[in-house]
Amino acid sequence: MIASLLAEAWQSMKANRMRSMLTMLGMVIGVAAVILMVAIGNGAQQSVDESIASMGSNLFIVLSGSTTSGGVRMGTGAAPTLTTADADAIAELPEVAAVAPMLPGTAQVIYGPNNWSTVVAGTTASMLVVRDWPLVSGSAFSDADVRSAARTAVLGRTVATNLFGDEDPVGKTIRVKQTPFVVVGLLATKGQSLTGQDQDDTILVPVTTAQRKLFGTQFPGTVRQIMVQARSAEVMAAAEADMTGLLRQRHHLPERADNDFDIRNLTALANTAAQTTRVMSIMLGAIASVSLVVGGIGIMNIMLVSVTERTREIGIRIAIGARRRDILLQFLLEAVILSLIGCFAGALCGIGGAVATHLIANTMIVITLGSVVGAFALASAVGVFFGYYPARRAASLQPVDALRYQ
Amino acid sequence: MAGPPLIVLEHLGKDYETDAGTVTVLGDIDLAVEAGASVAIMGPSGSGKSTLMNILGCLDVPSRGRYVLDGQDVAGLDDDARAHLRNRVVGFVFQGFNLLPRVDLAENVALPLLYAGVAAAERRRTAIATLARVGLQGFETYLPSRVSGGQQQRVAIARALVTRPRLILADEPTGNLDSRTSHEIMRLFTGLNASDGITLVLVTHEEDIAAYARRLVQLVDGRILSDRSTPGPAGGATP
Ligand SMILES: Nc1ncnc2c1ncn2[C@@H]1O[C@H](COP(=O)(O)OP(=O)(O)O)[C@@H](O)[C@H]1O
Ligand SMILES: [Mg+2]
Repeated sequence: MIASLLAEAWQSMKANRMRSMLTMLGMVIGVAAVILMVAIGNGAQQSVDESIASMGSNLFIVLSGSTTSGGVRMGTGAAPTLTTADADAIAELPEVAAVAPMLPGTAQVIYGPNNWSTVVAGTTASMLVVRDWPLVSGSAFSDADVRSAARTAVLGRTVATNLFGDEDPVGKTIRVKQTPFVVVGLLATKGQSLTGQDQDDTILVPVTTAQRKLFGTQFPGTVRQIMVQARSAEVMAAAEADMTGLLRQRHHLPERADNDFDIRNLTALANTAAQTTRVMSIMLGAIASVSLVVGGIGIMNIMLVSVTERTREIGIRIAIGARRRDILLQFLLEAVILSLIGCFAGALCGIGGAVATHLIANTMIVITLGSVVGAFALASAVGVFFGYYPARRAASLQPVDALRYQ
Repeated sequence: MAGPPLIVLEHLGKDYETDAGTVTVLGDIDLAVEAGASVAIMGPSGSGKSTLMNILGCLDVPSRGRYVLDGQDVAGLDDDARAHLRNRVVGFVFQGFNLLPRVDLAENVALPLLYAGVAAAERRRTAIATLARVGLQGFETYLPSRVSGGQQQRVAIARALVTRPRLILADEPTGNLDSRTSHEIMRLFTGLNASDGITLVLVTHEEDIAAYARRLVQLVDGRILSDRSTPGPAGGATP
């Protein structure tokens, strides 16, 4: 019976080819929009999640600066207020697991005929602990290297590729600002940061070397920032309070004075970013769903026209023995078939659009089986929901009235 | 014919609610039709013939009185049971043929079998055989618009016949046909009545068409004016 009714529904759709196609178009656009938007939303979320995972966990970054000199408030990082000694003191706090001072600067790096401009960061070996950043070759520079300001370097993947190609750089000597450095380690690939920077485009050197030989300042021992990893998520607040107290005390700040440093909870920032992306991707999906509903209303509209147009046909069918549920099912099936075919075409368009977006804009897209199945389920639901009312109208026609209809 | 009558109407009435108030279209109809009978209903336009036929065909419900079809009181039946009666017990033939324009003749004839739950291949086979019975062999795949009015009415008769009903109701079946074709259609009806024992109730305006039936009921203003036997099909067999 269902098979026969399906054939009937197919027949009538074929008979009204143009109208059926236009009706389906609404569905095609709706489903394509849902799949495309969900793919883009999921992609954005995944790339944010990956950046967050690559950042390391329970992180603070302590930035120097924000001093007031002669009434002019300088921006963060403007004044060299943090020192390696501050970093060592923070490391003694009970909530703190690891601390890495940072003195970054840009420099030209040369190996043989190749040169590359990159961020050279003076730090300590604990940087790799804080950032949860493994080495693929060699080792990190030692504490002895830091004490003696040795000219050793650990390369990020991008720098290694640009200077050495596929060659293993460990043991080779590169020149940074004309100073020879021995490469002791190669870092694993990290990928993009939350702000879209290539985290692998960097070289790590002992912080003392950076201070004395690369980016010498008039204040010895200063660093730009200190990265701090707390022992757990629970002690983040306590760690922040203790660090603030400790640094104010060490910097001899009077009671009323502002901090001359800035502590940022990177983990909280990252969570905010993740939250924002999640909201955005839900919104994208919701907006796309609206077009699906609009497509459904299109189906209802067409089905209502179809019921009116075929009033006499319905009367004939009732007169020769169709039950109300046969009529109901026939029109419902028509609506569902319209929406399912529309949905199928829409899924193809949506997936095609997502792949095209990926190729053209190079954004990450994620098409999950769930989003496709979900779109199909939604489309059938829309078909049934918006097809039901016209079908009910058809099924409740009185045979005499329907037969009299011209 | 022995046995209980196929159709029994007792004090049957039908009112319509209109803007001008209640209009009584059928007054107080008492009628019994034996199985195997052939009855012609005549009457002026607006006398309620179609209304009566629609009630007989379970397309409409009476306002008063009792209608017993094939031993079942139709008033007590639900929608599905009445659909079943329309499908299996009654075959309806309309003045305007009422074929589905977009499907071929065989599909049109097969349609009642769809609602009888017959499988597709079987439906088509039965439909083709039934078309052959009404003289339309070879026209199976034609669309209704490609055949003449007389042929369309034959298709409609085949559709009414396809579920082997006990009763055929025909409301002015020759109203849209020329005289020669009308007589051909009537011979088809009387043939079915004689050979298969199918009960026939038809409405007509024309004396010579009514003469094909063995019984003539005159309806005026929703009441039966006269109800008598006629010489029968033999009398009307000569055009
Ligand atoms: N749905 C309706 N509402 C109001 N009046 C109706 C309706 N159907 C039929 N009638 C009236 O009932 C009367 C009988 O109609 P009908 O049975 O079609 O007559 P006939 O077939 O004998 O010409 C007519 O006067 C017609 O106007
Ligand atoms: Mg009439």
